[in-house]
Amino acid sequence: MATPSHLDRLEAESIHIFREVAAEFRRPVMMYSIGKDSSVLLHLLLKAFAPARPPIPLLHIDTGWKFREMIAFRDRRAAETGVELLRHTNPEGLREGVNPITHGAAVHTDIMKTQALKQALDKHGFDAAIGGARRDEEKSRAKERIFSFRTAQHRWDPKNQRPELWNLYNGRVHPGESVRVFPLSNWTELDIWLYIQREGIEVVPLYFAAERPVVERDGALIMVDDERLPLRPGEVPQRRRVRFRTLGCYPLTGAVESQADTLEAVIAEMVAARTSERQGRVIDHDPAASMEKKKQEGYF
Amino acid sequence: MARDAATDRAAAQPAADIATYLARHDRKDLLRFVTCGSVDDGKSTLIGRLLYDTQLIAEDQLAALDADSRRFGTQNGALDFALLVDGLAAEREQGITIDVAYRFLRTDRRKFIVADCPGHEQYTRNMATGASTAQLAVVLVDARKGLLTQTRRHSYIVALLGIRHVVLAVNKMDLVDYSQARFAEIVAAYRDLAALLGIAEVTAIPLSALLGDNLTARGEGTPWYDGPTLLEHLESVAIADSVREGPFRLPVQWVNRPDQNFRGFAGTLAQGRVRVGEEVVVLPSARRSRVARVLGPNGDVDSAVAGEAVTLTLNDEIDVSRGDVLAAASAPPEVADQFACHLLWLGEQPLLPGRPYWLKLGTRTVVATVTEIKHRVDVNTQEHLAAKRLALNEVGVCNLSLDQPVAFESYARCRELGGCILIDRQSHATVGAGFLDFALRRAQNIHWQHLDVDRQARALIKGQTPRCLWFTGLSGSGKSTIANQVERRLLASGYHTYLLDGDNVRHGLNRDLGFTAEDRVENIRRVAEVARLMVDAGLIVLVSFISPFRSERRLARDLFAPGEFVEVFVDTPLELCEQRDPKGLYRKARSGEIRNFTGIDSPYELPEAPELHLRTAEAAVDDLAGEVIAAATRAG
Ligand SMILES: Nc1nc2c(ncn2[C@@H]2O[C@H](COP(=O)(O)OP(=O)(O)O)[C@@H](O)[C@H]2O)c(=O)[nH]1
Repeated sequence: MATPSHLDRLEAESIHIFREVAAEFRRPVMMYSIGKDSSVLLHLLLKAFAPARPPIPLLHIDTGWKFREMIAFRDRRAAETGVELLRHTNPEGLREGVNPITHGAAVHTDIMKTQALKQALDKHGFDAAIGGARRDEEKSRAKERIFSFRTAQHRWDPKNQRPELWNLYNGRVHPGESVRVFPLSNWTELDIWLYIQREGIEVVPLYFAAERPVVERDGALIMVDDERLPLRPGEVPQRRRVRFRTLGCYPLTGAVESQADTLEAVIAEMVAARTSERQGRVIDHDPAASMEKKKQEGYF
Repeated sequence: MARDAATDRAAAQPAADIATYLARHDRKDLLRFVTCGSVDDGKSTLIGRLLYDTQLIAEDQLAALDADSRRFGTQNGALDFALLVDGLAAEREQGITIDVAYRFLRTDRRKFIVADCPGHEQYTRNMATGASTAQLAVVLVDARKGLLTQTRRHSYIVALLGIRHVVLAVNKMDLVDYSQARFAEIVAAYRDLAALLGIAEVTAIPLSALLGDNLTARGEGTPWYDGPTLLEHLESVAIADSVREGPFRLPVQWVNRPDQNFRGFAGTLAQGRVRVGEEVVVLPSARRSRVARVLGPNGDVDSAVAGEAVTLTLNDEIDVSRGDVLAAASAPPEVADQFACHLLWLGEQPLLPGRPYWLKLGTRTVVATVTEIKHRVDVNTQEHLAAKRLALNEVGVCNLSLDQPVAFESYARCRELGGCILIDRQSHATVGAGFLDFALRRAQNIHWQHLDVDRQARALIKGQTPRCLWFTGLSGSGKSTIANQVERRLLASGYHTYLLDGDNVRHGLNRDLGFTAEDRVENIRRVAEVARLMVDAGLIVLVSFISPFRSERRLARDLFAPGEFVEVFVDTPLELCEQRDPKGLYRKARSGEIRNFTGIDSPYELPEAPELHLRTAEAAVDDLAGEVIAAATRAG
């Protein structure tokens, strides 16, 4: 019998983490953001508890500005897998019409994502929230524990993290406190794609190149996903062959021009690319330490 | 040279080639290593350069590096590789690394996860976090400075964690004219240290991280060196996977029970290989059965090996729950409740012998106390020192006592069943890392003497329900006054009682104890044990002790059956107690004559959920005593 490969080991580690969460927390939830990492998480969640249905529901923080294809994909996958899906949108943000276009990326993200997330966690009393972040993504993530403690105010204190030895995770929290759990901590972006390929995991088609209506704006290609995107003077949507390396709110997510319309081609392009993944996210172009700051405030 | 970049480019061409690329990529194995060393030894430069040379720097990051090098770099505008592994804002402000960062490398032959660890002594616990998952350690030494205290401390932790492979990276060779003699001198000194610590394998490499000598390419300055470059060594070093051998052990994580037809025990195999049909034993219950099915991540398999996440089903319906260990019946692990262990203390508050903590071993969590610190090990000099407590980042050899038996292996044999963490029951922080050495006695050998006259019989003849009434509150709050009256009235009604008073006990049983934190714990422990024996004897016991700490009151409570322990909080405002000052103690505390006085310079932690809450400022003693008597004499 062959020895377990690198991906087998990553898979086993993630499954172990899922099972610890289910066993140690009163009310765990898995953040489902519909992207490729979430697709991998969902796949691992199902494996961890097969043949039973996973004892952990999904939570999607809906900003109201996701690509339409993402929402359709989310609802279909939830129905197919039978895993409970919870949705939350910040009601005040919705009432006040907070949006990425007039309010800007920073305000929109804070109110519709970070604040919304905290509301949802408080509302349901979740004591563990599983997320798909990886340590190779960004430098404040590179420092985060697999079980990452949050105060009752959802704050992360990077200067005072709990020690975490071996695969012994400390899931003890007082009422109101919680833990963010990252089963994909040790995966790289390449591992994610290779695993998607090996396991035949379905991902949102936006990751594959196709003709899409886009406008070029501040150096980024923004897709005109619906009529809410106001066109600036002189802007005319053009059909270009593009795909997305990362998915979020469509007005904040830059596309790249690409011919890669199969998984293999996407991986080939990724392997050859010398541009890091998060560049496609408009939100991360803030000052250097912005992710660290957002995370301290409760962003995932 | 072993770079992925060339193959990356090749792979990028026709998509047909990608299949081969993927297959090869998946077969690569993974090496996890930790880098440690003192600040400024060149750790960041070394890792940054490895990242750069293996081409894992994206273009946008490279552009940022170029800009940053011009602005903050220390290399006159040339690329400063150290900036690639720059940490958190909080760290940059202080110019130090606080926590471990994980970095990812890959070459044609292997994938690597690097735990980049902080050097400062106060962050040793973070270094231990990074090292705990590593198979190899790179210990950096500055060629000019030789071995430093940090080198010794980090090497000690590396050895404690059982990392078998060490690379001694002698850096900044360019600053000692690539002197072979200097290199040999440092290597000899380190070999002595390694022998002392029991590190079996040391590979020494002369380096210049700054100039790239012997990092990924051979160095021009060291013609006398014919060993491997650092990267060559990391790519080729053989890492034995010892846990695959040996009889299997599966700590049960989760019982999977979707319906009546399926009952599976899920967990990650800690050791060995498990096969369908094999006889298993459940520990600690010692029930036996056979493996009916082994389910891997993709469904049924014939067998599975250490490291795999599986679900087993058994032939018989026997009781198995989370925390149990399934093991090969032919060679089961030992079961015990008392251990000798090494303990690395990670808590801000010191370890106090006698104080109960949660202990997590495998998937089981139990309550544990350190019964004795045999000695402390000076991590910098390896000297053995006497100790009454362990402070942050100190290591001790201790005896551990658990409240229930567990299946285990020595840490040296199996990390998964020999490594444990201690968790503080109040703060919930992870405060210790334990390395089990051996059992002090086997749980199988202890039998409680079975007595014909039992507690029920003793209680029955007295016609009462035995209880422990635990009065807690500030000095002068009225504990003794109320307790005295309660006892008098109970006695008058024919109850059998006994009053244990703090001051009185301190004159006899606890005469040897002072008021340090350790002594306070021990004080409470003894009194609680005495009270428990008396409850066992059928008495209603009144304990009147300040007992200011929640954890100690909890310790006492845990000794009793549910309902037996009645916590009575005698709640009197500090000002009032100080006004009364029946023994003149507050005055002395205020004037500094006595130290560690509860309420003045030592805290009183309010009870969170006492059975009785007596507010003395609002009611008369008679009424309050009546409340206690009602609770003490309730049937049940
Ligand atoms: N001459 C020389 N300088 C080095 C070498 N490696 C690192 N340095 C310098 O030593 C200083 C500290 O290096 P850094 O990588 O930040 O050390 P760290 O604190 O261990 O991460 C920097 O100024 C580096 O440029 C080396 O091999 N030779």
